[in-house]
Amino acid sequence: MEDMYALNIQDLSVSYHGKPALRTINIAVLPGSLVGIIGPNGAGKSTFIKALLDLIPKDNGSVRIFGKTFSEQRQLVAYVPQRNNIDWDFPINVLETVLLGTYPSLGIFKRPKQADKARALACLKKVGMEDYHDRQIGELSGGQQQRVFLARALVQEPEILLLDEPFVGIDILSEENMMNILRDLKSAGKTILVVHHDLSKVDTYFEQLLVLNKKQIGYGDVKEVVRNGVINQAYLGQLSIFEKAEVM
Amino acid sequence: MAFIEAVIQYGFLQKALLTSVMVGIICGIIGCFIILRGMALMGDAISHAVLPGVAISYMLGINFLIGAVLSGIITAIGIGFVSQNSRIKNDISIGIMFTAAFALGIILITLMKSSTDLYHILFGNVLAVRPSDMWITLGIGTFVLLSIFLLYKEFLVTSFDSTMAEVYGLPVRLIHYFLMTLLTLVTVASLQTVGIILVVAMLITPAATAYLLTDRLSTMLFLSAGIGTLASIAGLYFSFTYNLASGATIVLVATFFFLLAFFFSPRQGLIHKFIKKSRAETSR
Repeated sequence: MEDMYALNIQDLSVSYHGKPALRTINIAVLPGSLVGIIGPNGAGKSTFIKALLDLIPKDNGSVRIFGKTFSEQRQLVAYVPQRNNIDWDFPINVLETVLLGTYPSLGIFKRPKQADKARALACLKKVGMEDYHDRQIGELSGGQQQRVFLARALVQEPEILLLDEPFVGIDILSEENMMNILRDLKSAGKTILVVHHDLSKVDTYFEQLLVLNKKQIGYGDVKEVVRNGVINQAYLGQLSIFEKAEVM
Repeated sequence: MAFIEAVIQYGFLQKALLTSVMVGIICGIIGCFIILRGMALMGDAISHAVLPGVAISYMLGINFLIGAVLSGIITAIGIGFVSQNSRIKNDISIGIMFTAAFALGIILITLMKSSTDLYHILFGNVLAVRPSDMWITLGIGTFVLLSIFLLYKEFLVTSFDSTMAEVYGLPVRLIHYFLMTLLTLVTVASLQTVGIILVVAMLITPAATAYLLTDRLSTMLFLSAGIGTLASIAGLYFSFTYNLASGATIVLVATFFFLLAFFFSPRQGLIHKFIKKSRAETSR
C-alpha cells in the first residue's frame, strides 16, 4: 500500500537552469520519521526540497504525499526556509511573523482573529520566544530568528515539516530547543525532513539519512548509511578537488 | 493666507488640491509594497510604459485608462518573459522594455500632432485638472484602497516570504501582476499632478521616508500616505504661490521630508546612529 507512506518519491529527476541537478531519487518515508538530508555543497539538497514543494518543475518522476500529489496535499506541509532567504529589515514583528502560519487556513479577504493570535502565542511559547513577541525580527539573534520561523511552521500544524539548513550559524541553546521540538513532533507521528550540513551530529539527530550528490548516494537507517561508508563516497569528489587545488 | 483664499475662490484649485491629495495617498500606499518587494526600478518602468497606451487611446478616441493599463501590463509581462526565458537578469530586462515602450510612446505622440501636449503628460500640470480627470482619480483611488484593504494579508505574505505563499498555494504570479495593474492605475491617476517622469518619486520617496520611521507595515502604510499627502499639499502651495512646476515642486517637498527622516529618525536616523556609536565607544 503506497498510501501508508507520508512521503513517497519515485524516480525523481530535476534540472536547474537547464543542467541536470538531481537524478533518480527513490525514497519512501513512513509517518513519524525524522530524516536528515546531507551532501556536499552543490549536491542538490535545496533543489530536492524545491522540487518536492513544486517550486521548480520536475523532469521526471513522482512525489506522493499520503498517496496524493503535492498540490492536493499542500495544507499538510510546512516549510522553514534558509535564514539568508529572508529580508530581516522587513517591517514585521515576531508575532506577526508567526501569524503568517495561520494564513493557509484563513480564506481570501479574511484576517487572523483573536483565537489565531492565541495559537500563535502558544507556538511562540513552545520555542521560548513569547517575551519577544513585539520585537522587529531583525533585532533577534540568528537562533532566535530560526526559532520564530519554526513557531510559524508549528502554527500551520503540518503532518510533514521541511527545514532547510535550520542550524547554520545559530547558538547551541536554540539548536537544542529546536531539536527537542522536532523530536516531540516525531513522537506525535509527524514526519520531519531536515537539510543538514554538520556531519558530526547526524547519528544523534536523525534516524534515517538521505545522502545526495547530484544523485541519490544512499538512503536508509543512519547507522547503516554511516557503516557503509556512503557518506565518504558522497564527499569524496569534493575532497579530491580540494586536494588538487592545493597541489596547484 | 492667500493660498487658502484662492482655494476657496477658484474651482480649478479645489480640483487640483483634491486630486493631489488622492494621488499622495495612493502613491504612498502602493509605494510601500513596491519598495518592500525591491521593485523600485519596476515602478519607474511601469510608469514610463504607460505612455504608448495613452497615445494610442487618444488616437482611437477611447478612454486613456484602457490603453494605459494595457500597455503597462503588456510591458510587465514582457519584462517577466524575457528574464524568465533567457540569462538576461530582471533589471536588464526592465531597462530594455520600459525604454522601448517609452520611445514608442514619444514617436506616437509626435505623429499625432494633436493638441495633446507631450510636455504635460511627461511633467504634469495639476492646475489644469478637468472635472473628468478628478473623477477618474477618485475612482482609481477608491479601487486601489479597497484592493489593498481586502488583499492586505496576501500582499503582506507575498512581499515578505513569497516562497511560503507559493508553497501554501497562493497564486503568487497573479498577485504580482495584479499589483502591476494597481501600479499602472496609480500612474494614470498621477499623470496630471506629477507626470509620468516623476511618478516614481511619489511612489518611492514617501514610502522610504515611512520605512525609516517605523517597524510595522500597517503603520508604514498610514505614515507613507500621510507624508505623500503632506508633500502634495505643500508642493501645490509652493507651486501656486511662486509659479513653479507643480510636479517638480511636490517631488522636492517629498525629498525634503525624506532627508529629515534620514538624519533625524529616532531609530534609523543618521544622527541617532552616530550618537549610539560614539556612546558605545566612550563607554568602552
